[in-house]
Amino acid sequence: MEYLGLLNYAIFMAIFIGIYALLALGLNIQWGFAGLFNAGIAGFFAVGAYTSAVLTTEYADGRIGGFEMPFFVGWIGAMLAAALVAWPIGKICLRFRSDYLAIASIGIAEIIRLVVKSEAVLTNGARGISGIPRPATEFPTLAQETAYLASQAAYLAIVVVVLVAAYVLVERQFNAPWGRMMRAIRDNEGAAKAMGKDVEFRRLQAFIFGSALMGLGGALFAHFNRSITPEAIDPMVATFLVWIMLILGGSGNNRGAILGAAVVWIIWSMSEIATDRLPTEYAIQAKYIRLFLIGLMLQLVLRFRPEGLLPEPLRGDRRAKRSGADHT
Amino acid sequence: MLELDQLVMDFSGFRAVNGCSFRVDEGSITGLIGPNGAGKTTLFNMIAGALQPTSGRIRFLGEDVTNLASHELFHKGLVRTFQIPHEFHKLTTLENLMMVPPAQPGESLFSNWFAWGRVKAAEAEVEKKAYETLAFLELSHVAHELAGNLSGGQKKLLELGRTMMTDAKLVLLDEPAAGVNRTLLRKLETKIEILNKERGYTFILIEHDMEMIEKLCDPVVCMAEGRVLIQGDFQTVRSNPQVLEAYLGETTGDAA
Repeated sequence: MEYLGLLNYAIFMAIFIGIYALLALGLNIQWGFAGLFNAGIAGFFAVGAYTSAVLTTEYADGRIGGFEMPFFVGWIGAMLAAALVAWPIGKICLRFRSDYLAIASIGIAEIIRLVVKSEAVLTNGARGISGIPRPATEFPTLAQETAYLASQAAYLAIVVVVLVAAYVLVERQFNAPWGRMMRAIRDNEGAAKAMGKDVEFRRLQAFIFGSALMGLGGALFAHFNRSITPEAIDPMVATFLVWIMLILGGSGNNRGAILGAAVVWIIWSMSEIATDRLPTEYAIQAKYIRLFLIGLMLQLVLRFRPEGLLPEPLRGDRRAKRSGADHT
Repeated sequence: MLELDQLVMDFSGFRAVNGCSFRVDEGSITGLIGPNGAGKTTLFNMIAGALQPTSGRIRFLGEDVTNLASHELFHKGLVRTFQIPHEFHKLTTLENLMMVPPAQPGESLFSNWFAWGRVKAAEAEVEKKAYETLAFLELSHVAHELAGNLSGGQKKLLELGRTMMTDAKLVLLDEPAAGVNRTLLRKLETKIEILNKERGYTFILIEHDMEMIEKLCDPVVCMAEGRVLIQGDFQTVRSNPQVLEAYLGETTGDAA
């Protein structure tokens, strides 16, 4: 059943792309539209993943939980929790210039990771939380192999629905006066203030909005995996990979963010297949080649196409149909 | 309408404005002149809330506004333009105007998702007003150009245009004529006069072009070295020996 395996793998990959696309959309609100250098995506991802896990799992000794709520309640809870965590962080850190914000947000993500690791009452510590319910897994009428495929496909469908909804909601904001105001703030902060815009409040808004989407991404990941452990909150894969996705796809462009997620994830996971085929003594070293590959890709993009694969469209241009998306 | 009381601004040891006081009456066009480095723009920045004065008070419409931020002052009807145009260069000319009106429904995340009809209705109104403003400034032909691509003079007009998109009461114009060619300049003067007469804007105008000052401004305030040298109508100020000295660097003895 080579064909079935391939299909399974494709679906598996597509689910991850969907989850990463949510993270990239969240980052696009923060960086692409508000110019906020958030290097702590992993932290909000973790908050979302754990919140949903606690809300939806069965009771377990030694940690809070046992609420057994439906998955969508967990996902909404994940967004709210990430937003709630983002609020004080934004309130304090958004006053910094962007490079300082980057440093502060890395630090905060590390703090969240340590809390997750050590506060067993909340998160069950290093063992993590397992038994997270996953929607649409029961297909009793199907044979075992196809039932597995069906459950994967069903989860993919859910991810796609969530992603499309998020895309539509974010795109709406970008094209609305809100987006125009954010672009104005990004262009010239002083003038935006002089035109009556409360820049600090608007930045906080964008930071919270983006973080909520990151929390949702974390929740989707946790329910797909059926478990969440501190290892999943690796800044390499949960923060920097997302940054590369957004920059390669085109920051400021929501479709670019999604495309970037797809391209980078495909290269990332294909390179894993390639390195796994090497003899064991090289395989471990080759893992680092993958990191190098991603870094190289970023360099090439920044050198030859800094605006990304899909550059930011000229929003608000009523002649956009004629001149196309290219405005530089 | 606006009262400045003993304003002082220190920049780490350098005193840019040193005890500056004057008042501006409603409906007037006050000219603010003075040699380079007299502290005119610093004074503007303090009035507009971009800088916090080291000491002194600012009262606007009978209210102490010394410590308010620029966006708060904007909502009270105090709008400024910039000496070096601060256009939003990656927004179109039209968008530069459309972003200005305060409290647009579409600036709320909630309305954009749940009250789209209201947002669109408000947008249509703002757009109409923006097109009217562009027509008034004779900028309609560049409505859809990126503001960053406009000429220097057009950017100056756009700065003025932004003040027209809100219910401004007091408008601070920082060198509206600098870098603007003669024809456009005369046009600009007319626009300012119309706004003053028909829309009741009060203006404070920093300008080096004396023709424009003479034509528009009464009273004229001359600043030098961070303080008010003299205040009065144009002829009084121009014939004052201290003013000549400040501008030409001549001593009174030489001038005599």
